[in-house]
Amino acid sequence: MKRAFPIFGLLTLALLSFALYEALIAAPTERTMGDVQRIFYYHVPSAWTAFLLFLINFVASVVYLIKRNPAADAVAAVTAEVGVIFCTVVLVTGPIWARPVWGIWWTWDMRLTLTLVLWLIYVSYLVLRRFSSSSQTPLIAAVLAVFGAVDVPLVYFSIWYFRTQHPSPVMGRGGSLDPRMLHVLLINWAAFLCFAFLVCWSRYRLERLEREVEETQALEALLEPRGVR
Amino acid sequence: MTYLYAAYAATWIIHILYLGSVAMKYRRLQREIEELRRKR
Amino acid sequence: MSTPTITQATLTKDLRLEWRSKDAINSMLFFALLVVVIFSFSFNPTAEESRQIAGGLIWVAFLFAAVVALNQTWARELRNQVLDAYRISPAPANALFLAKAIGNFVFVSVLEALMTPLFIVFYTLRALGPAWQLIPIAALGTWALVVNGTFFAAMSIRTRSREIMLPLLLFPISIPALLAMVEATSAILTGEASARFWIVLLAVYDLVFTTVSLLLFESILHAE
Repeated sequence: MKRAFPIFGLLTLALLSFALYEALIAAPTERTMGDVQRIFYYHVPSAWTAFLLFLINFVASVVYLIKRNPAADAVAAVTAEVGVIFCTVVLVTGPIWARPVWGIWWTWDMRLTLTLVLWLIYVSYLVLRRFSSSSQTPLIAAVLAVFGAVDVPLVYFSIWYFRTQHPSPVMGRGGSLDPRMLHVLLINWAAFLCFAFLVCWSRYRLERLEREVEETQALEALLEPRGVR
Repeated sequence: MTYLYAAYAATWIIHILYLGSVAMKYRRLQREIEELRRKR
Repeated sequence: MSTPTITQATLTKDLRLEWRSKDAINSMLFFALLVVVIFSFSFNPTAEESRQIAGGLIWVAFLFAAVVALNQTWARELRNQVLDAYRISPAPANALFLAKAIGNFVFVSVLEALMTPLFIVFYTLRALGPAWQLIPIAALGTWALVVNGTFFAAMSIRTRSREIMLPLLLFPISIPALLAMVEATSAILTGEASARFWIVLLAVYDLVFTTVSLLLFESILHAE
């Protein structure tokens, strides 16, 4: 198991480098936007990865609510954090893309707005986890995750209708995608998925270690004859 | 286009900063464990 | 010991306590008044512009005032260890939740009823669309804020910075409802669009989150 991590790490690095080459050089240049459009190959996979991570967080939270399994809670905590990181990437690359193309930093584009709301919801989730002084933080966090996940379709529809009332620039392709571009997009998504898995794995190891240390410290405090602290 | 490179750079800076913080916390925990073991 | 009887008993108790002390209403009212006045200083719109922005201003003011009410939802219970008593009793947890939520709904609705004439005066508002639709918008919107707010107030009980945690949790989740409330109100005021979609969205939002809250409140109550 210990060997798997560095091997997988190297594979991921190779895949990411290949995906970068594809995105910057091999992919065809877009007609209207030019080279700036290549941001798309990082922006979109990051969004999809973030959404996938939040989906896993929802499933893990539900599992925790039903089974009270601490591993499920650890998975929920990890995927929320890594998901927020990927969301941040989307929210940073989006405006960098919008500026040269549309002349504005922000647009109420569907994907960008949805990502912003998800970012807000999951940051509040992470703040709750950090600030909660209850012994039942995993339970409370899991409940919040359910609220957040249930909110997502409502967010989607409200933004969708808002955009029909207040049209604004659409990022990405307005219509169908050139198959070569789709190919590069999928390669980058695969690379980022592997990378996200690596990051989650590392963070999970940290989480497990933290919990073990906490448990040991708690046990020691109980077993000490007189509390020195 | 500078915007293109800025976007790609920003992506990796964010990821590296995060991984860096995870690694630092891990190392700090390892050190704490060493100290706890020595106290025993 | 059925849910409706307990709900009604707790609700009447809370309303009576509030009527005697007028704690929540006074602080909410004053806060909302301050917000309205400050907005009036900051924006000096024409009648046409007023109709465009009033929807947003009104709901921001009501949102902040609602947070004041929500933050004190469980304060009395905490001071007197009522929650522990409730956990041991056979009374259904949902009765307590409904009573608190309905109580908050009443407080915020009273606030809205008092503040609306003020807004009309400050911004010379006149609805160009079907004004009666503002009633369901206000009712559904207020319930959306209050049902989640009461629940999150319970979740925030054992957190540091409790008063900050509530709005921090409430605002992102409420975004679809807030968007709906503001857009619907603006649509009615300007008469430029139909508010029907937003009203339906608010109704769905209320249904979904009332159900989820009722399903999960018991776990939260026992989670301290």
